[in-house]
Amino acid sequence: MKTAKCIGIALAAMVALSLISCGGTGGGASEVKLQGAGASFPAPLYSKWFKSYGETHPNVEIDYQSVGSGSGVKSFIDKTVDFGASDAAMTPEEISRVDPALGVQLLPMTAGSIVITFNVADVKELKLSRKAYAGIFLGTVKKWNDPLIKKENPGVKFPDSPINVVVRADSSGTTFVFTQHLSAISPDFAKGPGASKMPNWPVGTRSKGNEGVTASVKTTPNSIGYIEYGYAKSQNMPMAVLENKSGAYVAASMASGQAALASAQLPDNMIVWVADPEPKDAYPIVTYTWLLVYKKYDKSKLPVLQDLLKYGLTDGQKDAEPLGYIPMPAPVVDKVKAAIDTLAAS
Amino acid sequence: MSPEAQISQPPSRWQLLTDVAFRRLCVVFSWLSVLLVAFIVLRIAFAAAPAAAQYGFGFLTGTTWDANKGQYAILPEIWGTLYSSLLALFFGTAFGVAAAVFLSEGYLASFAFAVLKIFHVEFHRIWGKIPQQAENLLRNLIELLAAIPSVVYGLWGLFVVIPLIRPACNWLHLKMGWVPIFGTDLSGPGMLPAAIVLSIMVLPTITAISRDALTAVPPKLRMAAYGLGATRWETILAVILPTAARGIFGGVVLAFGRALGETMALAMLVGNANQISVSLFSPANTLAALLANNFPEARPKDVTVLMYAALVLLGITLVVNMIGAVILQRASGDLEGGKA
Repeated sequence: MKTAKCIGIALAAMVALSLISCGGTGGGASEVKLQGAGASFPAPLYSKWFKSYGETHPNVEIDYQSVGSGSGVKSFIDKTVDFGASDAAMTPEEISRVDPALGVQLLPMTAGSIVITFNVADVKELKLSRKAYAGIFLGTVKKWNDPLIKKENPGVKFPDSPINVVVRADSSGTTFVFTQHLSAISPDFAKGPGASKMPNWPVGTRSKGNEGVTASVKTTPNSIGYIEYGYAKSQNMPMAVLENKSGAYVAASMASGQAALASAQLPDNMIVWVADPEPKDAYPIVTYTWLLVYKKYDKSKLPVLQDLLKYGLTDGQKDAEPLGYIPMPAPVVDKVKAAIDTLAAS
Repeated sequence: MSPEAQISQPPSRWQLLTDVAFRRLCVVFSWLSVLLVAFIVLRIAFAAAPAAAQYGFGFLTGTTWDANKGQYAILPEIWGTLYSSLLALFFGTAFGVAAAVFLSEGYLASFAFAVLKIFHVEFHRIWGKIPQQAENLLRNLIELLAAIPSVVYGLWGLFVVIPLIRPACNWLHLKMGWVPIFGTDLSGPGMLPAAIVLSIMVLPTITAISRDALTAVPPKLRMAAYGLGATRWETILAVILPTAARGIFGGVVLAFGRALGETMALAMLVGNANQISVSLFSPANTLAALLANNFPEARPKDVTVLMYAALVLLGITLVVNMIGAVILQRASGDLEGGKA
């Protein structure tokens, strides 16, 4: 009897609560809520933008879920979000699946480099020629004292032990950009694993995420792996100096990343890959990352979204460097701004 | 009205009503859980159908997973799933049953009692409680292992277990590399660290269930064994363990199910390399890790393939549980010493 009463009261309370919460969301009509999802690589920067923008615009609520580029593109096509984000842009096939009534506009918002990190006892600096690092990730360069590695690092004593290659286990935009670069510099790589978010690597153990690769490299002697520049910087991981297309050896930095970005012309669809930049001072593995927006939005959301995107391109670019991203060159920013202005109300 | 009439009265309408309602509710919920399982299996099967039609049986026997070339096959993952689970079960059962015997036989309590006896406080009103408390503490600690999140186990494996076992593993490979299971060296993540961590994860399941089974053995049997002149060792091995075998085996089967499906810790520790190797030290892959690694970025076409892999994992779990149930039925008849 007593328990039955308790259950009855609990049920009544639940009904009442759900009614109250329904009423709560029904109010506040002037609020604009934008929902985004996608790439995890630029997520720290986007979160910072959305947070500072939300602080100055209390009526705007922006929610970004870093679920990965693939899910971002999928949610964008399914129209379950207001904007998506992807490190691998969108393929023509994916673009064709977007509702033609809405259209799609890709906007490069920031850029980043991918670095090769390593863990070899007593080796602080490592120079890798194009042949050497392509060979390591193809499995043809097997030992640390390989002539290809020794040649560029005179005076460094390498151990006579196998190279433990660590690659990403999960499918990721980082891997896509890295394998795209390897495919550009090595015909064997292009023929073998090829550019992919998760290629069939011929060598190595696979770890999940930047954090997994970093942990594996840190704890495994004689290992090598690839991670994002910002992550490597925050974790104080050593970064190899890489040979670029013009034969110069360049370390990853903001300046060398910008030099690489400046070498590429942004076409009208805003999709450009800097697979193998030419300039002498350019770091070889660099990429843009994109926000995916529709060409048409309803009247309430459009001005807010445009304002938000422009905030990211102006004040927001100042947040890029401390977080390990590369601020975009001014001509690119202007071009993206122009594209934002073409978005229309439906 | 006499007092008796007030104590025993016919149920009121309200009581009858709630009684019936409660019974109906229970029936509905129990059927809902059955329906839920059927729904999950059906949805996965429907989602997997296109891939199943395209890749058919070759999906289970091929060894290449290359999204770029559109080749998908999961034999290395099936192998890795079974190999890692069996290894984990091997370690886990050995340690888990031993721990259960230790707990149920009261070794710790009698040790604590003996220590207290030295100080002549074995029946003291506070100190005297220590033997029982110590045993409870140990039991709770083992069960607490089940409460540690999977990702914590993964990190612990990455930063503690692998560096700890690496020298020993590489020494074994150097000295005994001709033995297939030591055939490669341990660079980082691999089968053995994954199996070790997995065995710790299934330990609480095995220990808790085995302990319950052991304490349920009728005391008469133990007395009879002692009475026939058996030593404690003989009693445990020849009488108590066989009698509890059914329960222990049930725990092992349950642990096997958990080991097959364990995802996060394995994805971090197993190395995720699509290869088949009997070497304990080489990286491998498991079905659950494959799913976890691929889903976030999967394209619609990849999703059907992954669903197919998920269906295979479900199938393996089902088959394992069925085999477990059959062995249980067969074995328990022979092993059980006798019912009280």
